Amino acid sequence: MAREPTHTARASDDRRLVAELRGAIGADAVSVDPTARRLHRRDASTFQGVTPVAVCFPRAAEQVAAIIRTCCRHDRPFVTRGSGTGLAGGAVPLADAVVIVTTRMNRILEIDVGDRIAWVEPGVLNLDLARALEPFGLQFAPDPSSQAACSIGGNVANNSGGPHCLAAGVTSAHIMAVEVVLPDGDTVLLGGIDPEPDGLDLRGAFVGSEGTMGVATRIAVRLTPLPPAVRTLLAVFDDLDAAAAAVTSIIAAGVVPAALEMIDGPLAAAVEDYVGAGLPRDAAAVLLVELDGDDAGLDALAGRVRSLIDAHAAREVRIAVDDDERALWWKARKSAFGAIARIAPDYYLHDTVVPRRALVGVLRRVREIVEAHDLRVYNVFHAGDGNLHPLVVFDAREPGVMERVRSAGADIVAASLDAGGVLSGEHGIGIEKRDHMSSQFSDDDLRAQAWLREAFDPEGRSNPHKILPVGVGCAEIASVPDGVWV
Amino acid sequence: MSAAAALEGFAAEVGTDGAVRVVGGRTQWDVGGPPSGEARELEAPTGVVDIAPDEMTVRVRAGTPLATLEAELREVGQRVALHGDLGATVGGVLAVGRSGVRRLGDGPVRDALLEARVVTAEGRLVTAGGPTVKNVSGFDLPRLLVGSLGTLALIAEVILRTRPIPVATVWRSGEIDPFVLLDSMYRPTSVLWDGRTTWACLEGEDDDVAEQILVAASLGLHRDSAGPPPLPAGRRSVAPSRLRELARPSPPVLAVKPGASRPGTTARTEWGAAARHLGDFVAEVGVGIVHGNLGDETAPAHDPPAEPLRRLHDRLKASFDPSGRLNPGRSPLRAR
Repeated sequence: MAREPTHTARASDDRRLVAELRGAIGADAVSVDPTARRLHRRDASTFQGVTPVAVCFPRAAEQVAAIIRTCCRHDRPFVTRGSGTGLAGGAVPLADAVVIVTTRMNRILEIDVGDRIAWVEPGVLNLDLARALEPFGLQFAPDPSSQAACSIGGNVANNSGGPHCLAAGVTSAHIMAVEVVLPDGDTVLLGGIDPEPDGLDLRGAFVGSEGTMGVATRIAVRLTPLPPAVRTLLAVFDDLDAAAAAVTSIIAAGVVPAALEMIDGPLAAAVEDYVGAGLPRDAAAVLLVELDGDDAGLDALAGRVRSLIDAHAAREVRIAVDDDERALWWKARKSAFGAIARIAPDYYLHDTVVPRRALVGVLRRVREIVEAHDLRVYNVFHAGDGNLHPLVVFDAREPGVMERVRSAGADIVAASLDAGGVLSGEHGIGIEKRDHMSSQFSDDDLRAQAWLREAFDPEGRSNPHKILPVGVGCAEIASVPDGVWV
Repeated sequence: MSAAAALEGFAAEVGTDGAVRVVGGRTQWDVGGPPSGEARELEAPTGVVDIAPDEMTVRVRAGTPLATLEAELREVGQRVALHGDLGATVGGVLAVGRSGVRRLGDGPVRDALLEARVVTAEGRLVTAGGPTVKNVSGFDLPRLLVGSLGTLALIAEVILRTRPIPVATVWRSGEIDPFVLLDSMYRPTSVLWDGRTTWACLEGEDDDVAEQILVAASLGLHRDSAGPPPLPAGRRSVAPSRLRELARPSPPVLAVKPGASRPGTTARTEWGAAARHLGDFVAEVGVGIVHGNLGDETAPAHDPPAEPLRRLHDRLKASFDPSGRLNPGRSPLRAR
């Protein structure tokens, strides 16, 4: 990648590269169609990268290894992509790359009830896995809001979260082993289905590495029992501070709900207009609290939570009477983005984490920042773990609006860090927050992260120029290539 | 001593050259070792710095005895998923990375570490991870550090995730099939089995635990127990389903599990002969840890790691500690 070949030499090498890829995995699995290539410049973020040389659709781990070995021979980078639902630009190619799409590797290989694991290929969709596990009374706990579309491989790459990660933990806690094709084409198994495999926890290091340390080709996910019983509470507040204080008091009382979500008043009204779930149109905040476990203890626990909420001047507290009502409330929570589409044509979804005790202050600061940029913001977020998701809405056709959106975003990130928080709770760093990494970490901290990356990928071949800011690590280039725009 | 001074002092002690070895409680001193060669012996800084019950986190220095941390957390009704013998330190338990008998309910040690301040082989203080439970900001160095035996960097101070201590905790025991018990309960904190007797730790709200006790009793788990049984020396990690084989009187024919034959995996050696020594082991059911002398110690625990995996380990060591000065003699690849 350090070389800068002439245009003619590059075009000639492109042709040889594509021919070799086709020879390795079949002509039908390698697309050079201009539309397909342009499509794969983007993911669900606002970033657009460099048009890739080819888009590959492997069906098996051996084909992934063949693609990567071909890339090595041609000294080309590769970028892995699952369903393309990432919001930080992690799957956006930043160089003349080969894109490896895992959507055809979508088999659930085995559900092992005895060991409580499932072996899956990376392209399996999160919701498809959930449906396949349900008859066994088991689940893969992470449930990102995009679960109908996102893949398990993408969940591994981003260490994805979701509303039910408060008690259950994020993806890393639910991955036992990952078979990985390394950036040099070798295949390794990281982790194992026994609890304490030999060696360093490279499984843990790989999860969340956003495609920069190789390609996951088989994944052993840990299965947990579906809860025997659930109680879901919906609490309405006239005051945002009171709602946030209720969140803190629940945790401080020693209760760890399965989920603890907050929707601010304006968004609750918009969602109500959209799905009609019985949310108030005039509240300051709505809390959704889910408790799960054995049926016997749940009513007492729900009673404790209810009294904690009442003590914070909730206007109303309801407990879902049946599964239908519970499903409706969750539909409301997960429909926020659809509801927003009726308000403005575009939105920018942020993702930072702050200590719970800082929630109210940061929410206020976010509103001030957004208003100062002449924009509007709605909030729906994982209050229980302090994971904020401000939704800044705008109309991209308005001249100059993207600069204001981005400037507001940078200020929101800064406000979260000032409050003792972190850059990202579940979307990852990708390109979006790469240049903010120096705000959270020192140069020495970043260098240590680069040591990890470089041990896996000494040549910087796997999804280059992501996560670590420019200049950290020897394999990074000096700047983002021309042609990338955000 | 101020927070910054304690850590900087430790970094200065580590310095930039000469082999160093960090001493904790020496409770797991030979794991992945034994330590060898000349090296300066250092102790990590001590003290519980900040308990934040409403954040469910604690900031503590690595040299702090685990018992001290547990006592301070108990005062605010919380605990951490770290486990160690008397004298074990927080840093030592993290560096070795072995989980305790509550892993089934509490999760593994590696999930408890949120942020680590470490001293690198260059003598520099580095922060890995972040203070919040949810955090995907950059590479996950904390998980790499847990179980690394101090061979990549030296842990000086950490932020750990805490959990509320449940309202009710009981241990029950009886002569029953532990696998039936595991399938019949939602989330027991621990199920242990010595081939004859099963122990279970049941936790939760009062009503919840009362109900769990009834379910367990209906399966034959009817005795009160003061706690887990004593754990014999020796430790083995196997796929949880293979624990069933311990019940059989003769060496079993082992079906190779899908996954066990995947590239780079460490296929397990036969150990079914252990079943002839009922009572000599205690198995963590649902987890896959077996404590005890299984009678086959002459056999290697695991096959050697696949070559690409070993190269990856070598490259990591070379990146983090090129001169090999951190805890010489110990290797995570020999730790199990």
